[in-house]
Amino acid sequence: MNLTLKVWRQANKSAKGKIETYQIKEISPDMSFLEMMDVLNEQLMLEQIDPIAFDHDCREGICGMCSMFINGEAHGPDRLVTTCQLHMRKFKDGDTITIEPFRAKAFPVIKDLTVDRSSFDRVQQAGGFVSVNTSGNTQDANAIPIDKHDADKAFDAATCIGCGACVATCKNASAMLFVSAKVSQYALLPQGKVEATDRVLNMVKQMDEEGFGNCTNTGACEVECPKGISLENIARMNREYLFASLKG
Amino acid sequence: MTLISSSIGRKVAMALSGIFLVVFLTQHFSINLLSIFSKSLFNQVSHFMGNNPIVQFILQPILILGVLFHFTMGFILELQNSKSRSSKYSSYKGRANATWMSRNMILSGIVILSFLALHFYDFWVPEMNYKYVEVLPLDANRYYEELVHKFENPIRVGIYVLSFIFLSLHLLHGFASSFQSVGVNNKYSKTIKKIATGFSIIVPIGFVFIALFHHLK
Repeated sequence: MNLTLKVWRQANKSAKGKIETYQIKEISPDMSFLEMMDVLNEQLMLEQIDPIAFDHDCREGICGMCSMFINGEAHGPDRLVTTCQLHMRKFKDGDTITIEPFRAKAFPVIKDLTVDRSSFDRVQQAGGFVSVNTSGNTQDANAIPIDKHDADKAFDAATCIGCGACVATCKNASAMLFVSAKVSQYALLPQGKVEATDRVLNMVKQMDEEGFGNCTNTGACEVECPKGISLENIARMNREYLFASLKG
Repeated sequence: MTLISSSIGRKVAMALSGIFLVVFLTQHFSINLLSIFSKSLFNQVSHFMGNNPIVQFILQPILILGVLFHFTMGFILELQNSKSRSSKYSSYKGRANATWMSRNMILSGIVILSFLALHFYDFWVPEMNYKYVEVLPLDANRYYEELVHKFENPIRVGIYVLSFIFLSLHLLHGFASSFQSVGVNNKYSKTIKKIATGFSIIVPIGFVFIALFHHLK
């Protein structure tokens, strides 16, 4: 496959970026998108051009590091995959592919296609955990009966890898799908219910402080989420938040 | 204070004011529909709505506050949301994952707001002038003629039709979406979505039908 790539280049956080066009030849349709980026970087280095910085780690759809906005969609045109799981066979020979970083005020660009998603870490640190007594007398989690439906929903919410595709794709750059997945994951389980009030209040407060936009229920986040996190979680977070606010 | 100043609080407030306006729209539509079937009944109900002190001095101010709140909050949210992504994408495929209606609520909202300005100028301002400025004698039979007179002008009817197309587009996202905002997403959601979609299509078509009926009659 021969392709034209339009890639966002930005030297650092404060530099003014722009789209650069590169030609790439003889790309195998069986390559992953990131492998294609590796080939491009090899080519750029041979041409004495600074290689393109992009996030990646596990390359098997688990870590949530890869974060490209490809042809106007987070993680590209395929569904329920991360960029590392996207294959070049999803494109046609001669295609022009536009590659940009995830864009949001709360995700500032570090360099080229890499973005700072530590805002997610701070939201998580505000309440996305269960405080466990580690005195040695901790109860075995398997000894606590949990409704199968709730367990399944909690597990589904827990599959969120925090990649930020929901923020990147939302027209308002809202982080509600991510935060609601983290809130739901614990709210559905007896271990998480103890701190449920503080958790949802603190996580939403942190989310707002980070500068994410408001949710307008377009549903784009659910469609683009590589893990298929459902909008049902956002409704649950809204409920949790309303009750927690009234409770104080 | 945490509730109203938070993103979720604002979202819930927007949804509740929207549901309130849908209730009002249903009531308005029901009364308008009477004008098709019975001139005297339409006059009777309009006279009651126009002169009952509870409707005039309690419900009407609440309605005006509801409308003001809904569009003011809409503009505030739009402004905040545009700030949350200062650097725009050069390629953004919004239609790949969300409906046109959900992505353009501010546009359909502005059209509806412009229509409301015309509607107030057409009906509400003359009504207030009649009752409270000129203090003309009560006439329980004037409403039907006033309605028919307004729909004589084809330009006004055209604007009316166009506005209700945008109202339908606004409701097609907003009505069902308001349930999600207040936390309702369960086994009933598909039914709610169907009912909301039906309402969002049938009621605006009904308003358009009433306007065309009086224009063509």
